[in-house]
Order: sequence, then C-alpha cells, then structure tokens
Amino acid sequence: MSPAAGEIPLAERRSGYELMSPETRAMQDDEATGPAAFSLLDGEALWRRKEGQAGVACASCHAGMKGVAVRYPKVESGRVVNLEQQINVCRTGRQKAPPWAYESRELLALTAYVARQSRGMPIAIEWNEATAPFLEAGRAAFNRRQGQLNLSCAQCHDDNWGKRLAGSVIPQAHPTGYPIYRLEWEAVGSLERRLRNCMVGIRAGTAAYGVQELVELELFLMWRARGMRLESPAVRP
Amino acid sequence: MTARITTRRQFLALVSGALAAGEVAAQLDPNIQALRAAALEAAVRKITGGKPVRAGKVKLQVPPLVDNGNTVPLSVAVDSPMTSADHVKAIHVLTEKNPQPYVVSAYLGPRAGRASLATRARIADTGKVIAIAQLSDGSFWSATVSVVVTLSACLEDGLI
Amino acid sequence: MARVVVNVPARAKRGEVIEIRTLAGHAMETGFRRTQTGELIPRDIITQLVCTYNGVEVFRAELHPAMAANPLLTFTTVATETGTLELKWTGDNGYAATQSASITVV
Repeated sequence: MSPAAGEIPLAERRSGYELMSPETRAMQDDEATGPAAFSLLDGEALWRRKEGQAGVACASCHAGMKGVAVRYPKVESGRVVNLEQQINVCRTGRQKAPPWAYESRELLALTAYVARQSRGMPIAIEWNEATAPFLEAGRAAFNRRQGQLNLSCAQCHDDNWGKRLAGSVIPQAHPTGYPIYRLEWEAVGSLERRLRNCMVGIRAGTAAYGVQELVELELFLMWRARGMRLESPAVRP
Repeated sequence: MTARITTRRQFLALVSGALAAGEVAAQLDPNIQALRAAALEAAVRKITGGKPVRAGKVKLQVPPLVDNGNTVPLSVAVDSPMTSADHVKAIHVLTEKNPQPYVVSAYLGPRAGRASLATRARIADTGKVIAIAQLSDGSFWSATVSVVVTLSACLEDGLI
Repeated sequence: MARVVVNVPARAKRGEVIEIRTLAGHAMETGFRRTQTGELIPRDIITQLVCTYNGVEVFRAELHPAMAANPLLTFTTVATETGTLELKWTGDNGYAATQSASITVV
C-alpha cells in the first residue's frame, strides 16, 4: 500500500532528528550520559527485577527484545495494542502484578529499555488484512480537521513540513524515537503524551490514554514511518 | 504601574513562572532588562574583583539557534599549557537574560591537563552567553556568544 | 535514591589527559517557577560537584539554577597513577550522591 495523494512520498521522508542542531543530535547519540540515560538504567533494572505474585522478571521469559518495538502497535484479537499496553498485559497476565499507570516512571523506563533494543532497525508495520481497518481509522484521524483551530495533522505534517510555526520548524511527525526525552518536558514521555501536546496546539480535546482511537493513530503514524530507522529513546525539542 | 511586555517571550515567561521571584509588580517591571544587566555586571565584578576582562583565549561553543532553552549543550575551552606556572584556575559561565546570571563555575588547576568544560544549561531568552576564564597570573579572559532561543511548538499548556 | 552515572576510561597511559563525564539524576528545580495558583516552587538544586583522584581534589564545580535538569559535567584530568576517581555531588535539602570509578594507569 503506497502513500495516498498528498502524503509524503517514501523517499522524501525525514526524521525529526535531521531538524535538530548538531548539539541536540549529539545528546541523542550519547546514550551513556544523554538525558534519557537514567530512564534506560531504570528500565534495565526493571527488566531484571522479579515482580508480582508470580515472582518472575521479564528476563525470566524473554531472552531479549530485539526487533519487538519496530512491530508495535500490534493488532491482536481484534484490537490494536501499543508497546506500553503490551508491557502491562505481561505484568498483569504473567507477573501477576498490578499494571503501571500510563506515563509512570516505571512504564516509561521499561518501554524505553525495550524500544532501545530495536534502535537502528527499520520500523516494520505492514498494511495487510488484519491491520487494514485500524490503519484506515488512523489515516482518517490523521486527515480529520479538529479543534478550535480546525486543523488536521496532515495540514501541518504532510502539507507544510519544513516550514516554520512560531519559530520552530514543522517536522514530518514520524514517531521514530519513542519514548522520547522531550527537552520541553525535561523528561521522557510517550507518543500519546506528545499527541496530547499537538491537541493542545490545535485546541482540541483528547481522549484518555490508551483508547483505541489514539492507538489507531499511533499505528497509522508508525506505518507512515515504515522502513525508517528506530532511534529510541530519541531526544526532541 | 503599567507594564510594557515587549516580547512574546516575556509574556510567556511571566505566565509560565520563569521570571524572577518577588512581587507581581516587580515581575512586570519595565526595567527588568536593566535589572538583569545590572545583575550580570555585578556577577562579573564579583568574579574579577573589578580587574579588566579581555576578549580572547577562551572558546565558547553554544548553538546559535537553540532547539529548546531548557537544555542547551555548551562547551568552553581555554588556550593554556596548564602547567603549574601557567594554568587556568577557574571557568565561569554566565547568561544575560536568565533570572540570575550564573550557570556554573568550575575550578581547575594543572592536574586538569586541558582547560575544558562541557555541560547543559538553561537559557531563558535570546541574548548573550559569556564564559570567563581566570588564569594563574591573575588575568581574566572571556568569550561571548549570542544565542536565539525559540519556544517549541505544541506544548503541554497552550499558547501554541 | 540519588543516581549518578560516571564515565571514565578504564585504562590510560601515564600522563595522558582523560575525559570524565558525569551525570546526576536531579530535577534542578530553579526556585523561579510558580504553580498554576501563583505560589513559588522552592529551589531544590545540586550545588556542587567535587572530583577527587586517590583522595586529592582535581576538579570542583559550583552549580546554579541555570544548569539543566539531570546535570551533566564533562571535564579532564591527567592520568597520573592507578587508583580511584570519586565524584561527589551535593545540593539543597541534604542531597548527596557519590560514585567512584577505577582507572588503571600504565
């Protein structure tokens, strides 16, 4: 399935990394002492820690997570599930531990650690029979005008990427590095947190974390970025 | 008192609380630029004890267009042999437009091998970043870089 | 729990200038921010970093609110002898964090 009319041709896609100054890029490249370093260290500790009533660690069942993050969000049993949700599925189902709240330090750290295992790999979301209905819904959301400013994602990120909005360059909005350390937040955060910032930008309301509509949009954004290299955890302004 | 908020950045800094502590009237003080310039001058005088500061020997690297003022990578290098007889004793980094002028003061000596320092600073607004080096012979040298600080788009709290 | 990362080369030649990178996990609350209702959020920052090499101070830094969150400091020292580099961060409200790294100098 190729990009529809108005969407960015595959060869012209650029990661937000390329819009950043060399100094900010250096922060992303420096894993050991970059701003996301503590999140990764926490994530590694959580990966090894025995949790819940079952008393098992992620490491007890999983040899590693290489190649996993580039396939999320995933369609399973008629629903689309993002990486954060999958981690909670394992936590509650396997570890018999309470789920972590969205945007909690633990969930972000473990998501960052898992995503990091796929750093450098191409994003691998496919348009197929299973994913099609969710991708169509996500694409529709991406192209839908919303909010008081009555803007769609596409209007900024397909039609006007590269131009400036209030002093910043508009990126193409590929989620190549989530969870990111956003300099504005001075913290690591998820794609859904970032999408909420977009909603504030266009004065639209947002649904609760993790609802299907948002995860469909996440799926579409990752499909739109298919083949681009994962940079997680990235640094972004 | 009528307040002249001349830049969008000042208004945003006010509502986000990035301006100096004190009365609301003081925060809207039309002389805030003058107050901060005076604070910077006082800080430099405290560092140098009133001795002259010459431009040179110091290389300050800061991105001229800052991606986000919350975290600005910067580095300072000073041309010095770093021997017991001739070395850099201290490197100070200051800003022109922050609520207080100091960023960091680093104390070195011949054991440093090289006079170099790198860190990440917060820079509230477009303006100058200054690095001052104090040498073992008592002289002071500096470098100044002007940076432009913009706000990211699409934030948590609105105002684009 | 205070967290610190220290990056020091494990080995160096005598006389070589080595780079030390250290990062402390800390929000560095400036003391200039206000809550939505206007209350000033009190300052809570790391104020000092001291590096000793086999017990001798080789580097010291004073940090101010204008340092970014999770402060990073990169500096150099001459590899003089095998031993331990100790990084000690201290700050407001009794904050203290220490981390050591060994270096073998040949």
